[in-house]
Amino acid sequence: MAETATTLPPAQRAPRLDLKTLLTRHGAWVALALLILVNLAITPNFATWQTLNVNLTQVCAIVIVGVGMTLVIATGGIDLSVGALMAIAGALAPLIFHGKLFPLPHPAVGIALAFIVPVLVTGALGWFNGWLVTRLRIQPIIATLVLFIAGRGIAQVFTNGNLQVFNLPSFQFIGLGRVFGIPFQAILMIILVAAAAWMLRRTVFGRQILAIGGNERAARLAGIPVASVKQRVYLISGLLSGIAGLIVIARNSAADANLVGLGMELDAIAAVAVGGTLLTGGRATVLGTLVGALIIQLVRYTLLANGVPDAAALVAKAAIIVLAVWLQRQSYR
Amino acid sequence: MAPLLTMQGIDKRFAGIPALRAAELVVERGEVHALIGQNGAGKSTMIKILTGYYRKDAGEILFDGKPVAFSSPQEAQRAGISTIYQEINLVPYRSVTENICLGREKRRFGLLDWPAMHAEARALLARFNIDIDVHRPLMVYPTAVQQMVAIARAIGFEAKLVIMDEPTSSLDEREVGVLFDVIRQLKAAGVSVIFVSHKLDELYAVCDRVTIMRDGRTVQVAPMTQLSRLDLVTSMLGRELTQVLQEPHDAHPSEGDGRKPVLKVEHLAAGRKVRDVSFEVHSGEIVGLAGLLGAGRTESVRTVFGADKPECGTINFAGHENAIAAPSDAIQAGMGFCSEDRKLDGIIPDMSVRENLTLALMPHLARRGIVDESRSREIVDRFIKRLGIRCSGPEQRIRELSGGNQQKVLLARWLCMNPKLLILDEPTRGIDVGAKAEILSLIRELAGQGLGVLMISSELEEVVEAASRIFVLRDGHTAAELRGDAVNEQSVMAAMAHGDESAREIAHG
Amino acid sequence: MNTTSLKIFQGIGRYGVLLALLALIVFGWLRYENFLGAFNVLSVLRYNSMFALVALGMCFVIITGGIDLSVGSTAALGSVVAALLSPYGVLPGLLGGLAAGLAVGACNAFIITRLNILPFITTLATMLAASGCALLLAENQSVSVSYESGFTELGQGDFLGFPVPAWIALVAYLLGSLILNLTSFGRTVLAIGGNEDAARLMGLPANRVKALVYLASGGLAGLAGVILAAQFGAGQPIEGVGWELFAIAAVVVGGTLLTGGVGSVGSTLAGVLLLGLIFNILNFENGLGWISLSAYWQSVIRGAFLLLVVAIQARLSMRTEEAA
Repeated sequence: MAETATTLPPAQRAPRLDLKTLLTRHGAWVALALLILVNLAITPNFATWQTLNVNLTQVCAIVIVGVGMTLVIATGGIDLSVGALMAIAGALAPLIFHGKLFPLPHPAVGIALAFIVPVLVTGALGWFNGWLVTRLRIQPIIATLVLFIAGRGIAQVFTNGNLQVFNLPSFQFIGLGRVFGIPFQAILMIILVAAAAWMLRRTVFGRQILAIGGNERAARLAGIPVASVKQRVYLISGLLSGIAGLIVIARNSAADANLVGLGMELDAIAAVAVGGTLLTGGRATVLGTLVGALIIQLVRYTLLANGVPDAAALVAKAAIIVLAVWLQRQSYR
Repeated sequence: MAPLLTMQGIDKRFAGIPALRAAELVVERGEVHALIGQNGAGKSTMIKILTGYYRKDAGEILFDGKPVAFSSPQEAQRAGISTIYQEINLVPYRSVTENICLGREKRRFGLLDWPAMHAEARALLARFNIDIDVHRPLMVYPTAVQQMVAIARAIGFEAKLVIMDEPTSSLDEREVGVLFDVIRQLKAAGVSVIFVSHKLDELYAVCDRVTIMRDGRTVQVAPMTQLSRLDLVTSMLGRELTQVLQEPHDAHPSEGDGRKPVLKVEHLAAGRKVRDVSFEVHSGEIVGLAGLLGAGRTESVRTVFGADKPECGTINFAGHENAIAAPSDAIQAGMGFCSEDRKLDGIIPDMSVRENLTLALMPHLARRGIVDESRSREIVDRFIKRLGIRCSGPEQRIRELSGGNQQKVLLARWLCMNPKLLILDEPTRGIDVGAKAEILSLIRELAGQGLGVLMISSELEEVVEAASRIFVLRDGHTAAELRGDAVNEQSVMAAMAHGDESAREIAHG
Repeated sequence: MNTTSLKIFQGIGRYGVLLALLALIVFGWLRYENFLGAFNVLSVLRYNSMFALVALGMCFVIITGGIDLSVGSTAALGSVVAALLSPYGVLPGLLGGLAAGLAVGACNAFIITRLNILPFITTLATMLAASGCALLLAENQSVSVSYESGFTELGQGDFLGFPVPAWIALVAYLLGSLILNLTSFGRTVLAIGGNEDAARLMGLPANRVKALVYLASGGLAGLAGVILAAQFGAGQPIEGVGWELFAIAAVVVGGTLLTGGVGSVGSTLAGVLLLGLIFNILNFENGLGWISLSAYWQSVIRGAFLLLVVAIQARLSMRTEEAA
């Protein structure tokens, strides 16, 4: 995998570019390329800005959440609470800019706070997840299950389950705005992916994440502050979930606590897995997560554009996940 | 009569690298057959192929006169081959009875007959003079008892062939004696035993014939009585390596610089295994920490390193008292610790040699959190050369290296930090003889340059050879400090054995 | 690990949930009229028997150290198939739903044991696939069941004054307990969870047992789907979202270790009832009119409850570790 952060293939091994190596090492990229080629051939109007924008906006939230998920999974953990945290951020923002939580001196203040407060809240909840995992030593899947169950309930209680509709272009820029014709959310996504990929490869923090996922006991004995690294990773996942929640409500011009981020944890995990990150930790690629999300989205798009019902696309998605992880295992042996 | 087991022309490759090349093994009925060789010689692969854990690439296996190719350990077991593995492979949460009887449960009316199974478990353990509550989960018992349970389980299967892969590694002398009695019973009953061990005394005590393997080939098969120890070692190692071993070196390195010790531990207590431990290490000396398994050696050094919490006592390191609360503190202060279990506590298998080597150094290699790759590469290249680490390059995954080279990387992980003290817990375990000699001479060289070394090793020979002082632990207490001429195997053993009865009582309580 | 603390730990795991359940029942009995009335008791049992079946399968899966995320959408698929077959009678509906569940279970078993893919990701995939199949079969809407064939009796009927679904769940739990404690299959399930490699080297048929466990989990989820369809009169392709996590929570609340190797069928049932009663009590509380908590509070309370249980478990296991 081109961007796999842990290891490059041994330098002296002769490059064997046969089909199997190609598929197992760069399977995700090959699949993405094939999908694009197939679509160019069969799907009408595929090579347009329109199509690109549609597909990019569809994956933005998944990828942004997936970046956090990649980091969490790289430490050997998992975060099931991301969808619920999105719902909380989505429920909070309208309450804030509508001034329902506290009086606003000026609408602009409300909008600024509507960006900041929800993300800080979900960050704090992510930190809480990390606290459960590191201090109480609860398994990540159970620790984050707590907020998965309770989180959406909290969002629903805030809003009493009501749909909050709004029309506020300055706030909705995060979901609907464009810079040079490119959706702002896609730019945000690219920035976050690039930053995370760079961090994983080049910084001490990134190495520590991978070392913990690779062998936590050894990492601890090598002096790596395991608890604080994990804590920060869950915090990041929480922050990114918050941002994704804001994007989703901005795009929909409405916040529905029942629906925002529903099933997002599974979409994000699927993107991470298809992208080539090892689910047991220790080997991670953020760029792969982007590719994984694009593959899943493109398959769905291809099927829909060619008249296959959405439900069948779910089955295809399942097959892709199994196939990707299976191929990954083959290369791993 | 035809032999019970004939394995011929066995080939096996892992990822293209041959592990076995036309290997052979013939076991007669009712004999105890030793299988020896260095680590990586192919003993375990051979056994795992026999028991169906791996599939062979070529060759044939005849068992009890019939060609066989087991596809799972379960099938091998049904055919009459029971195996006791080196690591205790039992289920810790489940009861002793379950661990002994799983796989051949007694039934009544189609349901499990618990009373009958408990009785059988008790009866089997009685053969080893072990009387314990078989209802309790296995994990509450000491390692030696667990090992005996594993052996009892294997024997309970009424096997024709029992394979024992280093069964004595966690047993004390008396328990080894009991095990040998059982092996003799088995032999008298016509059961064959394959006995894998690195301890030559044991081989002479109990085995009839020996098969010696090297580099995946069978190099010699002979009756035990016809081979001397030197013969055994020579054919195990091949010639050059024996020479390496016999190279002369200084009898004992110096006993430190005589000033204040770099590490001084007094009356340390932690958990159940460390009660009252005191020892000290000066700069430039190698101090050995000896003791039987379970005497509290590993636990003591882990506590010193901050990996476990002390209950009382003082740890003075580099002039600071009790300043270490976590491994990171110990590392900051200039301590390094190579743990006993390389795989579990040492290497990060998927990371490269470079990343493993610089794991502890990383924060120092970084500016504002960003790793300085060129400096990292420079340091890694230097240490690969300095320690003679054999790898295809700094970017090779550490899991692909041999045990000895992995250990060198882990040593380098600490050496690149310029430590004041290096703690080595079983630094040569699972490493072939050549690499062993290299690592030991490296440790001596480092001590010569002023590094303090605290070394734990179960191989007395090794500690005695390397250390200038030895502290002997017994039951979590410092039992003796040996220095000067007293540093020899006899006095260490005497110190370890003293009051040993109480230790046994614990093991069999 | 210290024996006494281990015993305390397992004791609290096993009986703590029963004590909590008892406390909740006494609380409800003292506070609300009709809490222990036949109507309330029977409807709680009727409604929760679906979750009980799903949690039973999950309990076995978790004991082996695995996880099954597909149970929710498998139940949805089961309900759709059962509803489609219900015009042909009780038996075709029942067997159809069961078969659909077994099919998903078989997929899980195959992928996990043959392709060696982690249970988490495998069942995540089959969850999507089952959901897709359910939507396809149901053509994106709920499928009403036939009321003529008597199929609805499976969800709404009574037998000896006790709801039929509760009977089904009861029988399943008795069988499950018997299998776990008194058959070698059950002991192998526990051994695999305790140490899969060891179990394999001990010659236990680890793969076959794991395969059967996922098959059983699928089958039980299918059965839960049949009851779902019969109880609500329709096969519901989008029902079952979050059931898997509810089931995991019930199993964990019941003291089964998520790392595998330790677990109890009875405590799982108690866990299901405990989580179910929280909803019931919330309804009663609102009925009293003192406060008005929306239904949304139930998930908050359930989450808080799960947190409480795992925090206690974590503290206990930390203490036992320290004692060791």
